[in-house]
Amino acid sequence: MSEDIKTYTISVYTENNIGLLNRISAIFQRRHINIESLTTSQSEIDGVNRFVIVVNITETNAIKIVRQIEKQVETIRAYYHTDEETIFTESCMFKIKSDLLFDEPQIQNIIKESYSNIVTVNKDFFVLEKSGRRHEIESLRRDLNVFGIMQFVRSGRIAVTKDEMKVTELLKAFNNQ
Amino acid sequence: MKTQTINNKQDVSNKTERITGSVAIVKSLIAEGVDILYGYPGGAIMPVYDELYKFQDQIHHVLTRHEQGAAHAAQGYARISGKVGVAMATSGPGATNLITGIADAQIDSTPLVCITGQVFSHLLGSDAFQETDIVGISTPVTKWNCQVTKAEDIPGAIAKAFYIAKSGRPGPVLVDITKDAQVNELDFKYEKCVGIRSYNPVPKTSQESINAAAELINNAKKPMIVWGQGVILGQAEDELKAVIEKAGIPAAWTILGASALPTSHPLNIGMVGMHGNYAPNKLTNECDVLIAIGMRFDDRVTGSLDTYAKQAKIIHFDIDPAEIDKNVKTDIAVLGDSKESLAMLVEALNENTHESWLQEFKDLYAIEFEKVIKGDIHPTKEGLTMGEVLKQINIESKGNAAIVSDVGQHQMIACRYADFNVTKSNITSGGLGTMGFALPAAIGAKMAAPEREVVAVIGDGGYQMNIQELGTIFQQKAAVKIVVLNNEFLGMVRQWQQLFFDKRYASTEMTNPNFVAIAEGYYIKARKVTKRDELEDAVKEMIASKESYFLEVCVEKEDNVFPMIPSGASVSDIRLS
Ligand SMILES: Cc1ncc(C[n+]2csc(CCOP(=O)(O)OP(=O)(O)O)c2C)c(N)n1
Repeated sequence: MSEDIKTYTISVYTENNIGLLNRISAIFQRRHINIESLTTSQSEIDGVNRFVIVVNITETNAIKIVRQIEKQVETIRAYYHTDEETIFTESCMFKIKSDLLFDEPQIQNIIKESYSNIVTVNKDFFVLEKSGRRHEIESLRRDLNVFGIMQFVRSGRIAVTKDEMKVTELLKAFNNQ
Repeated sequence: MKTQTINNKQDVSNKTERITGSVAIVKSLIAEGVDILYGYPGGAIMPVYDELYKFQDQIHHVLTRHEQGAAHAAQGYARISGKVGVAMATSGPGATNLITGIADAQIDSTPLVCITGQVFSHLLGSDAFQETDIVGISTPVTKWNCQVTKAEDIPGAIAKAFYIAKSGRPGPVLVDITKDAQVNELDFKYEKCVGIRSYNPVPKTSQESINAAAELINNAKKPMIVWGQGVILGQAEDELKAVIEKAGIPAAWTILGASALPTSHPLNIGMVGMHGNYAPNKLTNECDVLIAIGMRFDDRVTGSLDTYAKQAKIIHFDIDPAEIDKNVKTDIAVLGDSKESLAMLVEALNENTHESWLQEFKDLYAIEFEKVIKGDIHPTKEGLTMGEVLKQINIESKGNAAIVSDVGQHQMIACRYADFNVTKSNITSGGLGTMGFALPAAIGAKMAAPEREVVAVIGDGGYQMNIQELGTIFQQKAAVKIVVLNNEFLGMVRQWQQLFFDKRYASTEMTNPNFVAIAEGYYIKARKVTKRDELEDAVKEMIASKESYFLEVCVEKEDNVFPMIPSGASVSDIRLS
């Protein structure tokens, strides 16, 4: 009866509260669930924050986790979705020696073919930025690694869901109570 | 479990006044209807104590002898009254000393508001004297917490704290208030919190879920109810009784559910769990429909989940959606307030009886009586048993006492054998199993319900974990009756050592002090019983006493509590010896 472990994107709409990140991450920590990535930002609703948390767990656990998150007083709503149910992306930045841009013509091709953008160039280094799926970013990193990367950084996943979340309606209903 | 209706009768003044944060704290507490709070002063909370001194005629601060005692006393107050218990402490060690009580309240869903002082806000993060990150420390064990650094935020934070503590599934909250917020001024006007947009404390009960539950129950041949504290927290005792009686369903309780239905009720079939009764544990694996009401399938209740009630359809009534399918997969979940959902259920149930099924419980009870209960409460051996002491307390208190038990063998005996006629009468640390709980909790219970007989039943080990609270009993003249069942062992641990560690009694034997002399040192009337023929008279004297009374009963040293489900075993593998 062992259940498949899958990648789930957990989306959480919350009030903007200092302690909440702690409460939410503790829910994962207590259950020994590794958080693959966590980002938090403003959501489509003014004053409402959105967490996007990526974990590899069973669906049973995803349901339990979402309920524990919703139990927190400052959580407005939490959802879990599979990759197929979301549109998601990550972004990354590379800092690379500027000389290479001129010495290694191949780099110019890599930049063009990977649809990445040059953010800035000066005489010492240039910065490349790209967003996309993990495998695209990984393959770009591998390609550039051959020439030497001064710094590399990748963000956590951000995602929107294909279906509606109806959080605005929820908040409206509260205001009309 | 239920949202207690917010008491708006309290005269909340509408006019705004310019006062300091510490006055605002005291006025906010008064506006919430707080008459008693428990605490301990110190540097970071002194401005508040100064105001408590001035408002003594309206709010009674009880100085405990340790902050842990304050937290447990507030719990005892809350458990017997259904109101929010309040504890107060200074920053640093004062605040950390509250933590055990807060954790206990969290796992046992007890409404508590804890107010802690904090260093000046400009010192936060500087490792100032007695600075500790109590918001960080208490986060995993509170329902909600916050830090207030501005005087003007005090009334709002306290209003929110009370609302969260008592609404929905109750729990402890902590409000940490910096010293500058206490001394600065604000324009004070108190408004009770009536809702928080991100928080839905009481999910609505759906008629469909009630209908589905009723259909299963109406067609069941062997239905069984297991209710928990949710019935008590939701004040749904009458509704539970109506359900049980209308459908003729045998009903068992978890340790925290005890007393919601009188022990003498013919359909009350006893306690489930590790040291619960034989019949309800065994027949959990025979019933066809298991109706769980306001309980959370704790592992001490279920034993091995792989073999728990696999044959049964499971209906789970709870106010907390996170409990549904958490441990046991349910067939029908009924969310909502127990008072409301059980009232809806009664309407949908057919009148019924299940006589032959009930007889199965009676037959197994007869076996348990022969093998265990008889020897516990009518012993023929020389040594005194814990069970006979409980029996004597039942007789003298006529089953009307609130029993506050600590943790260990005596706790299991108290919960197994106490007669409960009145709800909210079993006050014990269930989920956390906190030794040291009973003595301070009994103080809180007695002060919240002075008209009730409150008997603390404690082991010689747990008694010494908060024995300093005898000072509080003495100073407050709290007429708590204290029974220490002295077996000169950490009995429950010794029992496990005997059964599972080849009798290697590692650090469980205790050389005890003269307990009578200690009680008398606090001017508490005290008596020690070592022989059976002294017991009746001693318990009579204790119950008759108008003041606090200490009774030590020296019981058999190596008695064991049975029945027992060894940990990890199935409920149906419950042992009688
Ligand atoms: C604070 C705390 N520490 C340790 C334990 C583990 N423990 C559970 S029961 C028990 C023995 C209790 O002994 P006593 O108070 O004498 O009661 P008895 O079992 O003998 O009735 C211990 C040590 C606990 N529950 N709580």
